[in-house]
Amino acid sequence: MGKRSVIPFGPQHPVLPEPIHLDLVVEDERIVEAIPSIGFVHRGLESLIEKRDFNQMTYVVERTCGICSFQHGMGYCETVEKIFDVEIPRRAKFLRTIWAEMSRMHSHLLWAGLLADAFGYENLFYQCWRIREKVLDLQEMTSGGRVIFSVNKVGGVIKDMDADMLKAILETIKDVEKELKVIKKTFFNDYSVKSRLKGVGILTPEQINALGAVGPMARASGVENDMRRLGYAAYSEIDFEPVVSNDCDCYARCYVRIMEIFQSIDIIRQAIAKIPDETDLFVPIKGNPNGEAFVRLEQPRGEAFYYVKANGKPNLQRMRVRTPTFANVLALCEMLKNTEVADVGLLVVTIDPCISCTER
Amino acid sequence: MGIMKYAPSALANMFKPPVTTKYPAEPAEYPERSRGHIEIEIDECIGCGLCVRCCPCGTLSVDKLKGTWTIDRFDCIACGYCVEKCPKKCLYMKDGYQEPGDDKSPITYTKSPEQLAKDEEQRKALAAKAAAAKAAAEAKAKEAAAAKVAEDNAK
Amino acid sequence: MADTVTFKNEIEEIAVDSLVSRAEELIKAGYRFSQACAAYIDDKFELSYSFSNYDNYDLLNLRVVIDTDTEVKSITTVVPAAVFYENEMHELFGVKIVDIALDYKDKLYRIKQECPLGPSGKEEA
Repeated sequence: MGKRSVIPFGPQHPVLPEPIHLDLVVEDERIVEAIPSIGFVHRGLESLIEKRDFNQMTYVVERTCGICSFQHGMGYCETVEKIFDVEIPRRAKFLRTIWAEMSRMHSHLLWAGLLADAFGYENLFYQCWRIREKVLDLQEMTSGGRVIFSVNKVGGVIKDMDADMLKAILETIKDVEKELKVIKKTFFNDYSVKSRLKGVGILTPEQINALGAVGPMARASGVENDMRRLGYAAYSEIDFEPVVSNDCDCYARCYVRIMEIFQSIDIIRQAIAKIPDETDLFVPIKGNPNGEAFVRLEQPRGEAFYYVKANGKPNLQRMRVRTPTFANVLALCEMLKNTEVADVGLLVVTIDPCISCTER
Repeated sequence: MGIMKYAPSALANMFKPPVTTKYPAEPAEYPERSRGHIEIEIDECIGCGLCVRCCPCGTLSVDKLKGTWTIDRFDCIACGYCVEKCPKKCLYMKDGYQEPGDDKSPITYTKSPEQLAKDEEQRKALAAKAAAAKAAAEAKAKEAAAAKVAEDNAK
Repeated sequence: MADTVTFKNEIEEIAVDSLVSRAEELIKAGYRFSQACAAYIDDKFELSYSFSNYDNYDLLNLRVVIDTDTEVKSITTVVPAAVFYENEMHELFGVKIVDIALDYKDKLYRIKQECPLGPSGKEEA
């Protein structure tokens, strides 16, 4: 039995894009326990409801996260629409689906790049981000922003995609799919990738359920859950199966996310084929919300949870966003037990941490 | 097995021009919908102040009498909500981003003197109309009162 | 085609004493913990504990309405996943939660003001 010591990890660390701090209790090179602490970038977005009305909050919520920004705006709008009990136009639903899947593609590609960087495969990192740039260009073309779309509003969407844009999307995702197939081979078969990912950071389905981990983390451990099956936006009209793996390790998490990019491409194709030709993009909303609603939706990182309570005034009473990483941090700490110090950076990256959105 | 997988793209890249542009030397290209920054057709503005009330970050201010519209571009998040709300559609999003600066100062747009004079005239005309209406109403009231007095006297 | 599920989304009001036992019941019935949040409304705390079932996507929200000085027993003994949520409720709202498994003692978020969303924070604002 070796001597126990505590190694502080983060908040500033080369592998971390955002600040999270872990106190690693180590015995020789093995980690015995990891104690997380967050809260370096808490911005108090939830308390802004006192100063902004529910329409302005759409733009505030969107800035919770820089990666799943669109999905945050969509989740908030879906929640308020549920309180108003309005049905948004079908075209708006499909547009939301397309944008949501585009943001999932770019988020997963970003993650794949960061993972490659974390295990020292720089070439792969550049390849991932090169492909991601194409998706970002699509987003800028359709919404006007590379990551912050600002196209949602309570009751629908603001901007439409015309036929040329839809065509451009189809062409680009065809390109992306072609290049992705090359990268996929590297991620799945390359010796150096396998040696770093296989059998590392195992989480059993029981641990996943006990610690409440969500999204690709849970799906990689064989817990089949995909909030898109709840049928928000236009997902009720789209055919897809959640990607599930039973390997429970880092390799499985990588597998699930890479396959989800292909799934997103498929969903975008289906949505473009089915998008109805309507001119209405939103339904007018009268008055102020009154009531409360819980809404769950599947973000790139997992299940996000929205809760809004309003009492008929322009300002909401309470708005709560439970982001996926908030649920995954505990599972990360469980995962870190009994691993080597050298793997910590990699393991932190495999949960796809988004700390700023965790702390809101 | 996996050797030379990226060789085709590497070889192709040797003969392609770089994908990046030499930005300040060459102009940047923006897509049509780019939400760069907000511009205003100040002469069209009626100074209603709707944009001020809807702005999520409180960066705008409007003075109706002076005919000015002020924005602190460093506070603006370019969400486009004011553009959507503007009743006269005189606000619009233009591509190109806010340039960096060493101090944070607001920019004020003032209406052209002709437009200001026109507005002034309009206001005067409106005021005159209102005054006339008021005078007419007062006269009517007086008449009514006089009639009432006469009626009372008659009784 | 449509592979979506219909699901329940309910709010169940319970007393503060039965929170831990009800949570245990739900966990044993195959539910998993989703989230917990507090709201300070009309001088009372409204705590919502959400449990979801991943087999049929049901969502059950336990609602506890308490006075600001009532003590709540932590559910971390039966639901280890609730650690961050309870610390957050304690820190941002000042809900008196006792016996949290990993108590951060107001150090989860590095904020200047104590309980910015709770009663004291509202008075200052």
